[in-house]
Amino acid sequence: MISIKNVNKWYGSFQVLTDCSTEVKKGEVVVVCGPSGSGKSTLIKCVNALEPFQQGDIVVDNTSIADPRTNLPKLRSRVGMVFQHFELFPHLSISENLTIAQVKVLGRSKDEAIEKGLKLLDRVGLLAHANKHPGQLSGGQQQRVAIARALAMDPVVMLFDEPTSALDPEMVNEVLDVMVQLAQEGMTMMCVTHEMGFARKVADRVIFMDAGQIVEDCPKQAFFGDVSQRSERAQQFLAKILQH
Amino acid sequence: MMDFSAIVPALPGLWDGLLMTLQLMVMGVLGGVVLGTLLALMRLSHNRLLATIAATYVNYFRSIPLLLVITWFYFAVPFILRWITGEDTPVGAFASCLVAFVMFEAAYFCEIVRAGIQAIPRGQMGAAQALGMSYGQTMRLIILPQAFRKMTPLLLQQSIILFQDTSLVYTVGLMDFLNAARSRGDIIGQPHEFLIFAGLVYFTISFAAAQVVKLLQKRLAV
Amino acid sequence: MNYNWDWAIFFKPTGIGSEIYLDWFITGLGWTIAIAIVGWIIALALGSLLGVMRTVPNRWIAGAATAYVEIFRNVPLLVQLFLWYFLVPDLLPEPLQIWFKQDLNPATSAYLSVVVCLGLFTAARVCEQVRTGIQALPAGQTAAAYAMGFRLPQIYSNVLLPQAYRIIIPPLTSEFLNIFKNSSVASLIGLMELLAQTKQTAEFSANLFEAFTLATLIYFTLNMGLMLLMRAVEKKVAVPGLIAVGGK
Repeated sequence: MISIKNVNKWYGSFQVLTDCSTEVKKGEVVVVCGPSGSGKSTLIKCVNALEPFQQGDIVVDNTSIADPRTNLPKLRSRVGMVFQHFELFPHLSISENLTIAQVKVLGRSKDEAIEKGLKLLDRVGLLAHANKHPGQLSGGQQQRVAIARALAMDPVVMLFDEPTSALDPEMVNEVLDVMVQLAQEGMTMMCVTHEMGFARKVADRVIFMDAGQIVEDCPKQAFFGDVSQRSERAQQFLAKILQH
Repeated sequence: MMDFSAIVPALPGLWDGLLMTLQLMVMGVLGGVVLGTLLALMRLSHNRLLATIAATYVNYFRSIPLLLVITWFYFAVPFILRWITGEDTPVGAFASCLVAFVMFEAAYFCEIVRAGIQAIPRGQMGAAQALGMSYGQTMRLIILPQAFRKMTPLLLQQSIILFQDTSLVYTVGLMDFLNAARSRGDIIGQPHEFLIFAGLVYFTISFAAAQVVKLLQKRLAV
Repeated sequence: MNYNWDWAIFFKPTGIGSEIYLDWFITGLGWTIAIAIVGWIIALALGSLLGVMRTVPNRWIAGAATAYVEIFRNVPLLVQLFLWYFLVPDLLPEPLQIWFKQDLNPATSAYLSVVVCLGLFTAARVCEQVRTGIQALPAGQTAAAYAMGFRLPQIYSNVLLPQAYRIIIPPLTSEFLNIFKNSSVASLIGLMELLAQTKQTAEFSANLFEAFTLATLIYFTLNMGLMLLMRAVEKKVAVPGLIAVGGK
């Protein structure tokens, strides 16, 4: 579904991604972790071309990102993304947030969009809030709406960029629950997150990045199994994370 | 087509006009800042009456056009002086315009100074008073010097606006830079060339000054 | 010479036709409003376009908008008005020139000049407000909109501008009020708007204090009225759950 091939990216002369390659198969859940500044957010943003890269290619559902002929808006409309800071549109009501792209990007009718949006809103348990505005919801609720908003586009794959790291601790689980459910339903997911509990529960593979490189890319069992088999940097990272 | 050669011999006259423009601006800014600071202190004072008077003054002048003020003062200042002195006191257009600028701009400077004073941490006031300073000393020695430093860019920006606004004295026939250019252009029969030249000069001065202010702003921001 | 106060002057005949002085003020106010409203429409449309241009990721487009702003901000309004009224008509192609100078009545040609002048002058200021408003929004909003498949024009019209306008209502209000005040320069090219009528009343009746007092009151009331109107607009479009910039 996603195939990342030898991606290199520079900000000026500073290399932020070095020769990154990996695959995410259909129905697979891949967790990307690593210390801050390791390039994991940059990498996931390359997948839907929010961040340009200079070398290599990423192919999403048979569409090449590096190909200049690719219709990027069209590609992005099939790739759902959930952001650290939710990024709901604050001037629109919750139901408008759920429908605007369905109508303006996919060209669905208003009724169809509303039906779809409300169904998904119900699924994340927030149907009662349809007519509120984002500013009236808690962070956890906003992030659940953001997930529903992405799902409303019928994405072939979902990208999560640290979806719980801006949340108060007591709200993390309500968001993770939605993500777990999604994973169990077979959604293809690529998640940048530090939530190792989530990774243990649903991830098929774990990627560990450091300094712009993919250092580890292995099945969950291996990653959480015999730690001594892991690279030194991954060990350090895990030790730090698991302390908390 | 355009022929700008006639401007060269007219330069001395235009220079005199520019001097008057600059004179109006500098005196207007100085007077405006002094009166504006006074108004700002009134607005911030605990005396309700003073605060209300200053607020009314500011709201009043900010809601009417500068051109109206210039015109009105041009008509009214001679009358008022006669009432006060009891005899005809000739004042030129320059004086009436200057009074208009000072009084009008004071309302705008007041708001800049007020914001500047309010931006100084409250602790400064307390610290100065703890040292035994009076309110007047605190303002003069501690608060205002800090506030003026911070608001220099805004004061200069307002001064650039005033520089452009001085061209409105055209209405009372004062020979400022614009009027000097207009009248010379009309006499020579090349109004367009002189008008364009005037526009270029205003632009160059304003633009250059604005760049300096930007630099200053960057410096003060660090 | 003593000054004869006469507050009833506004109801006295001007000696021209059957008009009383108050009629002059009403006509003047009409022109002032007509200049300001049409000028504002131009300023808002063009200023929004320029403001968007200054924020798009294209150096040439942004540079062109910046150049516009610098030019229109650094030349005095009156110089701009003279250029529009005296110079620009001469640059028009001949048929248009004849139309402007001969077919139009003088008030109309002055009106056109001042409306274009104020519209373009104020557009530079509106542009800066719109730009500030857009730049005040979190970059994540644009990223999120891109991620959903929006194209740049859609992002501006659906996501950025509706938010930016809400943020900048207070500074836009003050530009809106400024265009009413600035419309008084029209008196200098012979358009009988409020200030020109005031001056004429002062000269005709010799009751200059009354005339200027009334003019001041009209401007003051206009100002207050428009301010209240804009506050109502701000309240109306306020987004629930967001703290208003002006404070609630």
